[in-house]
Amino acid sequence: MTSAIAVDRLEVIFDRFRALKGVSLDVQPGESFGLVGESGSGKSTLLRAIAGLAPAASGSIAVNGKTLGSRRDKAFYREVQMVFQDPYGSLHPRQTVDRLLQEPLAIHGFADGEKRIQRALDEVGLGNGFRFRYSHQLSGGQRQRVAIARALILEPSILLLDEPTSALDASVQAEVLNLLEEVRRRRKLTFLMVSHDLAIITHMCERLMVMQSGEAVENLAAADLVERRVAKDYTRNLLRASDGFVRTA
Amino acid sequence: MSTGTKTLLDVDDLRVTFPTRTGLIEAVRGVSFSLGRERLGIVGESGSGKSQTGRAIMGLTPPQARISANKLTFDGIDLLSVSSRERRALRGKRIAMILQDPKYSLDPVMSIGRQIVETLRTHEKVGKAEARDRALAMLEAVQIRDPSRVFNLHPHEVSGGMGQRAMIAMMLIAGPEMMIADEPTSALDVTVQLDVLGILDRLVSERGMGLIFISHDLRLVSSFCDRVIVMYAGKVVEQLNASELGQAQHPYTRGLLNCMPKIGADRHPLPVLDRKPEWAA
Repeated sequence: MTSAIAVDRLEVIFDRFRALKGVSLDVQPGESFGLVGESGSGKSTLLRAIAGLAPAASGSIAVNGKTLGSRRDKAFYREVQMVFQDPYGSLHPRQTVDRLLQEPLAIHGFADGEKRIQRALDEVGLGNGFRFRYSHQLSGGQRQRVAIARALILEPSILLLDEPTSALDASVQAEVLNLLEEVRRRRKLTFLMVSHDLAIITHMCERLMVMQSGEAVENLAAADLVERRVAKDYTRNLLRASDGFVRTA
Repeated sequence: MSTGTKTLLDVDDLRVTFPTRTGLIEAVRGVSFSLGRERLGIVGESGSGKSQTGRAIMGLTPPQARISANKLTFDGIDLLSVSSRERRALRGKRIAMILQDPKYSLDPVMSIGRQIVETLRTHEKVGKAEARDRALAMLEAVQIRDPSRVFNLHPHEVSGGMGQRAMIAMMLIAGPEMMIADEPTSALDVTVQLDVLGILDRLVSERGMGLIFISHDLRLVSSFCDRVIVMYAGKVVEQLNASELGQAQHPYTRGLLNCMPKIGADRHPLPVLDRKPEWAA
């Protein structure tokens, strides 16, 4: 079977800074794959490089068996969509939800926009009442739902998720995570999800990669992480840190 | 950990109200608690009024807002009736506050060392050389390895963890008796977060300070504090000892604990909070 996403020895260089130092990755269709690491580890850069938002200096990226060039075509964005971290920054402040959702439909020349917008809003649990609101009239969780609806409206097969819940309250986070799991099950989507939170990644993903300063530290199955079968000290440190504060006295 | 015998801070029926175009918004609606020389956590989600509670105690409420309370005293001083001059003398000297993100709360055009020295010399009569020595010693106390180098750096030249340590150093240099930490580690990586908490914990217990730790992270707070106050919609819904978090009674507290993904707990879908209007009543 061809991989949904295959990244081979990818390098990303900003000026003279090597943000990614030859990272390889392989995600199967229908799989949910997690990227974990601290800030500056290159996990978001990897995601952005796949989406075409960060320049690849060398190495290759293939999506559904097709190797990508430096420019992404329209067909690519029908297959791959991204949800960003900050729901306050990723929606146009002067466009209604309806206008926001029409944009990708117009670009890709869909005729049945009306139906699709209604379906997408229903799917993320917002309903028609939110259709003509502006993003400042929505809560953080509702905004992230709109961002997910916008990603889903083209019916992609792959979703790139960059910390989709880290700007949300814990209770809203649970709702958004549940929503993401539900749409993945229903549409048989492939997820590539970035988070700094090990608990979220083990909850959402089957396999994961731990990253540190632009390199892959190790590849793990989520089940191994739960059983604490990890090979590298760095991963062990992350695991310990996510247990919370322990007084040493 | 026992509650300090002396009450440092006494808050009774604190209310903070913001006038808006559409009427009055009550951000804090009758919060009462007292603080000794202990670590008290205030937990809540965005909009629960936890930060406004901290800011009201610190005297940093925006001028258009109205504050009222039956009692708001710090070491016997009525914080509602003191002049702003006296208030300034308290702030930074006896009550200190750590803010969330060192990127925004440190002065970007002043070196870290100068900012610490400024705090010290505002509140104490010390010479330049002595102030510098004490600032360096303080930087060392917050486990900055090369204090004399960091002293001359500007905030943009240091990492988030380092910046937050500098912030703690600045807040502790005048030897405050009470510290309010508003999400002090939320902008930091998990491993750095623990280092910073460790430093804060050691300094607070060594100096016998009272600490108010404001956070959205119930689990983190309960591992760090002695006592936890849970806020919802401007009110305290539950007060409990951190060690008894497992026996929390209020459905909001339990829901908040429950809805977070845990490593090893295989729950699909995650339980979500079913907000009841009577919680906010």
